[in-house]
Amino acid sequence: MPGAIPNPLRSELDRRLPRIAGPSVLVLFGVTGDLARKKLLPAIYDLANRGLLPPGFGLVGFARRDWEDQDFAAQAHEAVREHARTPFREDVWRQLSEGVRFVSGELNDDAAFDELARTVRALDADRGTGGNYAFYLSLPPKLFPTVVKQLKRSNLAESEDGAWRRVIIEKPFGHDLESARELNAVVDDVFPPQSVFRIDHYLGKETVQNIMALRFANTLFEPLWNRNYVDHVQITMAEDIGVGGRAGYYDGIGAARDVIQNHLLQLLALVAMEEPVTFSADSIRTEKQKVLEAVELPEDLATGTARGQYAAGWQGGMYVPGYLEEEGIPANSITETYAALKLGVNSRRWAGVPFYLRTGKRLGRRVTEVALVFQRAPHQVFSSVDVEDLGQNSLVLRIQPDEGVTLRFGSKVPGASMEVRDVTMDFAYGQSFTEASPEAYERLILDVLIGDPPLFPRQEEVELSWQILDPIEEYWAKEGRPEQYEAGTWGPQSGHELLARDGRQWRRP
Amino acid sequence: MTLYLPRTTTSQISEALTAERHSVGGGALNMVLTLIVVTDEADHYDAVRAATEAGREHPSRILALIRRDPDAEPAIDAEIRRPGTAGPGEALLLRLYGPLGDHPGSVVTPLLVPDAPVVAWWPGIGPANPSADPVGRLAHRRITDALRAADPVADLLNRIRNYQPGDTDLTWTRLTPWRSLLASTMDQPCGWVNGAEVTAEPRYPSADLLVAWLADQLEVRVERTTSNGPGITGARLVTEQGDINLQRYDGRVATLTRPNQPDQTVALARRRPAEALAEELRRLDADEIYERTAKFMAAMLDRTEEPV
Ligand SMILES: NC(=O)c1ccc[n+]([C@@H]2O[C@H](COP(=O)([O-])OP(=O)(O)OC[C@H]3O[C@@H](n4cnc5c(N)ncnc54)[C@H](OP(=O)(O)O)[C@@H]3O)[C@@H](O)[C@H]2O)c1
Repeated sequence: MPGAIPNPLRSELDRRLPRIAGPSVLVLFGVTGDLARKKLLPAIYDLANRGLLPPGFGLVGFARRDWEDQDFAAQAHEAVREHARTPFREDVWRQLSEGVRFVSGELNDDAAFDELARTVRALDADRGTGGNYAFYLSLPPKLFPTVVKQLKRSNLAESEDGAWRRVIIEKPFGHDLESARELNAVVDDVFPPQSVFRIDHYLGKETVQNIMALRFANTLFEPLWNRNYVDHVQITMAEDIGVGGRAGYYDGIGAARDVIQNHLLQLLALVAMEEPVTFSADSIRTEKQKVLEAVELPEDLATGTARGQYAAGWQGGMYVPGYLEEEGIPANSITETYAALKLGVNSRRWAGVPFYLRTGKRLGRRVTEVALVFQRAPHQVFSSVDVEDLGQNSLVLRIQPDEGVTLRFGSKVPGASMEVRDVTMDFAYGQSFTEASPEAYERLILDVLIGDPPLFPRQEEVELSWQILDPIEEYWAKEGRPEQYEAGTWGPQSGHELLARDGRQWRRP
Repeated sequence: MTLYLPRTTTSQISEALTAERHSVGGGALNMVLTLIVVTDEADHYDAVRAATEAGREHPSRILALIRRDPDAEPAIDAEIRRPGTAGPGEALLLRLYGPLGDHPGSVVTPLLVPDAPVVAWWPGIGPANPSADPVGRLAHRRITDALRAADPVADLLNRIRNYQPGDTDLTWTRLTPWRSLLASTMDQPCGWVNGAEVTAEPRYPSADLLVAWLADQLEVRVERTTSNGPGITGARLVTEQGDINLQRYDGRVATLTRPNQPDQTVALARRRPAEALAEELRRLDADEIYERTAKFMAAMLDRTEEPV
């Protein structure tokens, strides 16, 4: 039997065998950063520990530090011990760390990149990494052009004999349509579109992938999943923290660009899309793209959007400063820390069903969820007094932190009278499935190394999202200062009015 | 919290479980399966521990059936470990006295989690015909472990003759890391495979399963050679371009050698019972590759035993 395609040792029926990445080198830029330490290095170890990395795997760190290989290995070791999700096993770590290298230098330093090229080629020779390289740019996006140009100049971007090159970039993908296109042009110039992996870590979450399972694997929900039954949809991503150490990045960007453009619009796309023809990357992305194209802005941006800025207040038993008092934020900043939008989706399925999106910092608690709120029963046999406590039925997809699904419906209150009140039926991931479910970054890094793209948004989706957001940002820029809201509450008055105007209200998540 | 119900009945046990649910909420509704562990006094501690650990990934109601003195009066002693005591699942240790030991189905039936799949596991010596066993009959999936028998290979062969969909053996589960590594070596282009060899300690059924799997999938002759172990110590694919060789002498770290490539080491630890069990619980449908491989192995060994 010959090797390679199709591999005779693999069979669709053999579901015990996991997908394992092929021999490759992951080159990590920005290894000293927060993301690398808290998420990426631990995720790489967890993958190795689960046996999903190949024996021929190399990890190269690049940073402006005067480090040797072992210094970087020590840093990585510490990050792994502190943040990895699977237990630490010396054998796994030792085997992984044999493939760890470090290259020191500035990003504009030709010599450092030549050294990087030598290092990865040496790994190919010493470790059998097969000439396949993935470049993870965990850097501020303004540095992307420099890195990409360097990769091209040092011939690292080119592959020979069927080896692959992949580049992984983190959000933000620009701050408006134009900058997103510019950024893309820089990367596109050197790497073909199918080699560019844009990370939206939300899409790596089990609960987000479960949206598709819930919708398309069941018969129970899909018949209700349309304008005939759904009154409106609420998508919330709330944080309880303030801007903290991200002041420099956050100011001038704001809540909408930081969260709505990527995470919330991706969630909207997954909730609103039609069933893909197959579960392949292209079919899923095509359906998502159709939804984003069909998104419609409110006619009047003044009444169809809301924004706010947190003011000082008591939150979770602590007094916290307002946004304008945070370190590194100019006292006259007009950046919003809360944003809410009302969007429509122009399709037969959703015409007339508003999608309310909101996100903010220093809100009541940390929670991300999607709620489908159903219409009231068209006719009630029970008297209005009996159903006074009955709200609208709803289906809540809890994305984080308490992952699961909740169904709210009315039930009789025990007793002699026919009183109906809301109860919930609950499915909690943590209880019904693994507490050791993989972290989003594990899944995404593995997908990159395998070359499996469904969970990564393509450039078209990024551009469509900016097309949705840009007019709103322009409108807000003219409006001056956002409304203040007290830290620890559920946002500004205008946010509540956005729904109140339509006779609705936000769920308290 | 552990609750002891000496000399009890299944309806008292059910009541205790329901009372629990009313006072705390949740309970059995969050369990994804019932895991029946058929064991004895000597084995039950390790078995329940492994099951509880696997239950972190698959919250289960664990029913451990421990057979006691067959000549005593029929009776059940129950010990209920509630959810949260040891992971998200709950464990019921049921000691069966007297003739009750021959009718475990009657004890188990009222205690199964509604609708959820039932898995039976014999951590010790399992029945020769699992699907005909009184507990096995109730289960969708039946997990045995041939390695515990005095003659493991004969034990496994015996059971393969009675194979029914849903049967599986931990000697197959322990093989997954080896199979997964071998499969990944062939994800890359390599020469035509002309033969293979598997080296392991004697009387180690996983090795024979590996031989069968390779021979069946690659359609080549596979040698089985013996070493001092532990477990499987090597697997070699003979290709036109040279050997792809995976060697593990210490039960922990393996070395992969292939033509024109530097040697590579990879952590390949022997699996603990909880890890193997957790893998079994991940998929509850019949394992067609196991069936095929096991039958292939049986045919192969029958052939070699025939007089020439
Ligand atoms: N942290 C998160 O949770 C998160 C979430 C989503 C997206 N992201 C994105 O992920 C990327 C990395 O995030 P992060 O939080 O790790 O950022 P970070 O903590 O600010 O780290 C950025 C990295 O870039 C390096 N760097 C900065 N300026 C440089 C320069 N002029 N020359 C060379 N290196 C430079 C830093 O190295 P030095 O130590 O030498 O300065 C550091 O290693 C960013 O694109 C960010 O937008 C992060």
